[in-house]
Amino acid sequence: MTFELVCFYFFGAVAALAALAVISVKNPVVAALNLVLTFFSMACVWLLAQAEFLAVALVLVYVGAVMVLFLFVVMMLDVDFAPVREGFVRFLPVGIVVAVVMLVEMLMMIGVRSLQVPVSADPAALAGMSNMGWLGRTLFRDFLLPFEVAALILTVGLIAAIPLTLRKRSGIKTQNPGRQVMVKREDRIRLVKMDAVKKGEATP
Amino acid sequence: MIDSMRDTLFGYGDTGIVVWTVLKILAIAVPVIIAVAMFVYWERKVIGWMHVRMGPNQIGPLGLLQAFADVFKLLFKEVILPANSNKVLYYLAPMIALVPAFAAWSVIPFDAGLVLANVNVGLLLLLAMTSLGVYGIILAGWASNSRYAMLGAMRAAAQTVSYEIAMGFALVSVMIMTGSLNLTDIVLAQQGSKGFFDWYWLPLLPMFVIYFISGVAETNRAPFDVAEGESEIVAGFHVEYSGSAFAIFFLAEYANMILIAFLASVLFMGGWLSPLQGWINADVPWVDWLWKGGWQWTFIKAFMFSFFYLWFRASFPRYRYDQIMRLGWKVFIPITIVWVVAAACMKYYGIVTIGA
Repeated sequence: MTFELVCFYFFGAVAALAALAVISVKNPVVAALNLVLTFFSMACVWLLAQAEFLAVALVLVYVGAVMVLFLFVVMMLDVDFAPVREGFVRFLPVGIVVAVVMLVEMLMMIGVRSLQVPVSADPAALAGMSNMGWLGRTLFRDFLLPFEVAALILTVGLIAAIPLTLRKRSGIKTQNPGRQVMVKREDRIRLVKMDAVKKGEATP
Repeated sequence: MIDSMRDTLFGYGDTGIVVWTVLKILAIAVPVIIAVAMFVYWERKVIGWMHVRMGPNQIGPLGLLQAFADVFKLLFKEVILPANSNKVLYYLAPMIALVPAFAAWSVIPFDAGLVLANVNVGLLLLLAMTSLGVYGIILAGWASNSRYAMLGAMRAAAQTVSYEIAMGFALVSVMIMTGSLNLTDIVLAQQGSKGFFDWYWLPLLPMFVIYFISGVAETNRAPFDVAEGESEIVAGFHVEYSGSAFAIFFLAEYANMILIAFLASVLFMGGWLSPLQGWINADVPWVDWLWKGGWQWTFIKAFMFSFFYLWFRASFPRYRYDQIMRLGWKVFIPITIVWVVAAACMKYYGIVTIGA
């Protein structure tokens, strides 16, 4: 058994155990952290398969940004998960059936593909360039239009999400940081010139 | 001597390679830890001078041993576990904060070929590692079972995620210029005959400024240190930590600061290249690194940038929280998006050519 194989089994086992913990632990924060561990172990597995860009992008996007916000929400909401868990045993058979069907489908897909196409060599290695360079060249040269369309759809989705949630509230006070920065002394202080009042003089 | 040591170790097969790698890691990690200790001393000294004070001057010559005295004091203090806190996560949080702070050092090139891991996706790896550091902060805030710590963690998380975008765009522009994510390639692409005008700070000037400011914000340092704003939330996410657990947070924060300083010098200021490159070509032993470039320049530049951290801290009042968010989202991100396009045009029309 080579060192790489040992690493693969280790990362795979950690990923599987962490994924199991995500759905079985009681504390939602611990579950979210286990999801982070699952992502991280999968990134390690991908690194072993020399898909370095995919691995680092997974860590960067999912672990570094998405899960941080997820954790944020879980901590802020402080949901009581006891009522949600009540149906766990009742729905367990349905869940198992769904999982088994998914597993069979996955195995069929892998099996059919491995029968049809003989496993080809790494195209990046064939082209004689790094994984990253090959991916960039393929995305931006061969598949430029689909890539741009996908980017456009994502942007539309992003913009659509903002107007859906943005609403004008009345009766609240907001600050205008631009005006706050531009403020001058004259806006805040007014110097008033007054004659001194002398003793004994009648004040009007 | 080093070569013979390596060959001896490689003679033992796989075990020797592992031992050699661990030695290389220690050769980076131990100086980083010592640099953090001395940097804390330097910070107190510099801020003292800026306040017209002496700074630490009692322990050892010029107060130089103050840093070590502080470290030993912290290590011998008791680590107190707050009531009703999550014990496992409470102890795990400082370690999670520390690991990415040190892992990112593995891809920093100090000189040509003087790098622990010369990986192709070095820049992305750095971005991934710096974004992992926020987990330590969030977990510390949540596991402490304290309102102040929680608020500090929330602020830190939002701030780090926001400024990461501007930082990422700045790195993208460097990547566009170089055409590579490898940090050694990035430094070599800044070689040329026009001295320091060949470095990326000139064509990418807005990105350079934004990168460093985002770096300050990302490490939660003054003037962006609302995560531990003493006047509002006591000390933020690490308010409940004491002793060695607190020391580890401190270590991670300062290791990240020095890392950002090194990165700014590698990405935009030519790393180990000399600012006089191409102007002088004489061969003089001992001093020709001054114009030929060498590891000394990396450290001089990094020292300069880490000094900026202290300068900022002594000069600027703390930002208000909404102003931080406005600066990140409404000022920095639009500028970076425009300048990514500008960088691509500069590259495409040959205004900036690499290695010339």
